[in-house]
Amino acid sequence: MTKRAFELPVLHEPHRADGAVDHAKAAARFTADEARTDWHDGALWWVRAKRDLAAASLDEWEALRELASSIKEHTLSRLDEYLVEFEAAATRNGVTVHWARDADEHNRIVHGILAERGATRLVKSKSMLTEECGLNPYLQARGIEVIDTDLGERIVQLRGEAPSHIVLPAIHLKKEEVGDTFHDHLGTPAGLADPTALTQAAREHLRAKFLAADAALTGVNFAIAETGGLVVCTNEGNADLGMALAPVHVASLGIEKLIPRASDLGVFLRLLTRSATGQPVTVYSSHVHRPRAGQALHVVLVDNGRSTQLAREGFWRSLKCIRCGACMNTCPIYRRSGGHSYGSTVPGPIGSVLTPGLDLERYASLPFASTLCGSCTAVCPVKIDLDAQLYRWRQLVTAAGHASTGKAIAMRGAGLVLARPWLVRALGAAARGAMRVVPRRVMRVAAGAWGRARDLPPAPPQSFRAWYRANRSDRS
Amino acid sequence: MNVALFVPCYVDQLYPHVAIAALGLLEALGITVAVPEGAACCGQPPANAGFERRAEHTLGAFVSTYAPYDRVVVLSGSCAVHVRSHAGSLGAAGAQVAERTTELCAFLHDEVGLDAVASLGASFPRRVAVHVGCHALRGLGLARPTELQGPRFDKVRALLGTVQGLTFAELSRPDECCGFGGTFAVAEPAISAKMGRDRLRDYDAHDAEAVVSTDVSCLMHLGGLAARGGVRLPMLHVAEVLWSEERRANSEESERVRSSLLAPRSSLGGPS
Repeated sequence: MTKRAFELPVLHEPHRADGAVDHAKAAARFTADEARTDWHDGALWWVRAKRDLAAASLDEWEALRELASSIKEHTLSRLDEYLVEFEAAATRNGVTVHWARDADEHNRIVHGILAERGATRLVKSKSMLTEECGLNPYLQARGIEVIDTDLGERIVQLRGEAPSHIVLPAIHLKKEEVGDTFHDHLGTPAGLADPTALTQAAREHLRAKFLAADAALTGVNFAIAETGGLVVCTNEGNADLGMALAPVHVASLGIEKLIPRASDLGVFLRLLTRSATGQPVTVYSSHVHRPRAGQALHVVLVDNGRSTQLAREGFWRSLKCIRCGACMNTCPIYRRSGGHSYGSTVPGPIGSVLTPGLDLERYASLPFASTLCGSCTAVCPVKIDLDAQLYRWRQLVTAAGHASTGKAIAMRGAGLVLARPWLVRALGAAARGAMRVVPRRVMRVAAGAWGRARDLPPAPPQSFRAWYRANRSDRS
Repeated sequence: MNVALFVPCYVDQLYPHVAIAALGLLEALGITVAVPEGAACCGQPPANAGFERRAEHTLGAFVSTYAPYDRVVVLSGSCAVHVRSHAGSLGAAGAQVAERTTELCAFLHDEVGLDAVASLGASFPRRVAVHVGCHALRGLGLARPTELQGPRFDKVRALLGTVQGLTFAELSRPDECCGFGGTFAVAEPAISAKMGRDRLRDYDAHDAEAVVSTDVSCLMHLGGLAARGGVRLPMLHVAEVLWSEERRANSEESERVRSSLLAPRSSLGGPS
């Protein structure tokens, strides 16, 4: 396979293991191409608009959100009990249940299952959890071919990139770029960029992989404690094809995906895809309870930091997330910086509250990649208080000393000054005086990052306080 | 009722005419307003930058300054939300101040009433783009954000609806963030500026003749981008529109107010 220059990891820089993610820097690189930024922003805004229409189609939308939030909070409050209940029910159904403390244990378990069967060709349907665990490189290093079968995932896999969105993994790519990638890897005609033709090429390519696979791995959208059942939602049917054909099915399941009863499922299925893409429901909502005759079905329950997050008073509600991606689609920063700028498996607002818990120093910039506008919280189908959690992470980032030094000093100064009204006024008066006499070009430089794109307002001759003292002296 | 007005630090220093308009407006509505000294800031900028601890003194000064008042009317949705969300952590006095703190438009709409505001007879014959600051919108509930379902309402539009001649520009993204975000504006300057420029494009695409907001901080950012880009688009706080030029002309202090207004507004391309 050839590697083209554009496949080299320009977008991967934030992923580098040798330093912290610098969201502002990655975002500045992304916005440098303004036309492309507008295109990316527009594509995601279109999805947000579709979501709005879908949400408006249900009179009970807000009640559903409240109900979903309550069910998830209840489940998380008794997660230990529900996990054990799920394990017992799944085991009764003939499923082998494994427990993985972290990513490494998950990868070892999955490899063990495959090695025991001598499986060397794995088809995967989209699973952000296996991205989080770094399963693909782990298995590939052990001689196992791993094929991502979700179209978007396959595109980024061929390009050697990470998904840039949890529901729309290749949303950062234009169809012409997909055409180039398919030309290089699948032998489609040069310059072919017709989405239907490209999709057909992917189907033919993937069909051969499905037929040859000796194991299938899927993610899980919902796991039902009462029945031990798994629910997998896809639009392409790739999960179904994989698990229906392969002799081994491994389902990787984050422990936060539990819901108590089968009757709770309707609440989430109604919210999930309306929030994600504006569809009333996914094309395939597949229910898996027991292995087919002759098939082995394994479930790997993965913690990987989730129980630590559950124990964090200000952050445990982030585990309510059902991975719809609506917070990304609505986030004005995500839309203009792209998923790769976050340097984490889950980008956007939810990624910025989940990821700092894994490595605070590395992801220190993510809670600051927000204006705290609150649109994410308002759009979230399970009512996660995302903006409040971003605010809380900011406090922990600075307490741990990870704020950039310049900002830290400026803010320390601000804290001292702002608490002293006379000092604010004195400094303000001095600054206003300077603003009136200093040439505009000099002011732009003096205003630092503010002045790069914006003028300062014209300096008024006096402050409001001075005016007030002169005009309302009887009252102050 | 014992009402106090809080003028945020940047309004006091850079936009005194907005505070003068807010004061004039409240006084014209028959409300006696105190503007006590002792608190220049609510502490939001350092707190949102992750230095909540260091901002506690600032918020504490706010609480002790405004504790004696029944109502604290804040001339910024963002500062109002900060006080309402965080002052409670400073004990009983803080909790009481938090509860009594509101924002100017919310106060006018919910407690003064549209009839009284309409009786001011403000006139502003322009097509305006309304920008409700994100914290005023989602934190104080000044309007139903587009994400949420249910009957639509918008208290800011209701207030501006009392103004003669004023019409609304219907925007493509009526409640998209402008990108100011406090220290975000300098921590993430590229995205911040891009977000602001996109708002300006939306205003331009819908022939807005002025931008009217609940938050001067958003306007400082948008106005700064407009000025840099050579765009002449007046940016006004709601108070400036409600306390109209006409009313000012009838006011005893018209000359003094006008002189304060002249310098800042003219170079922002304000109404001539």
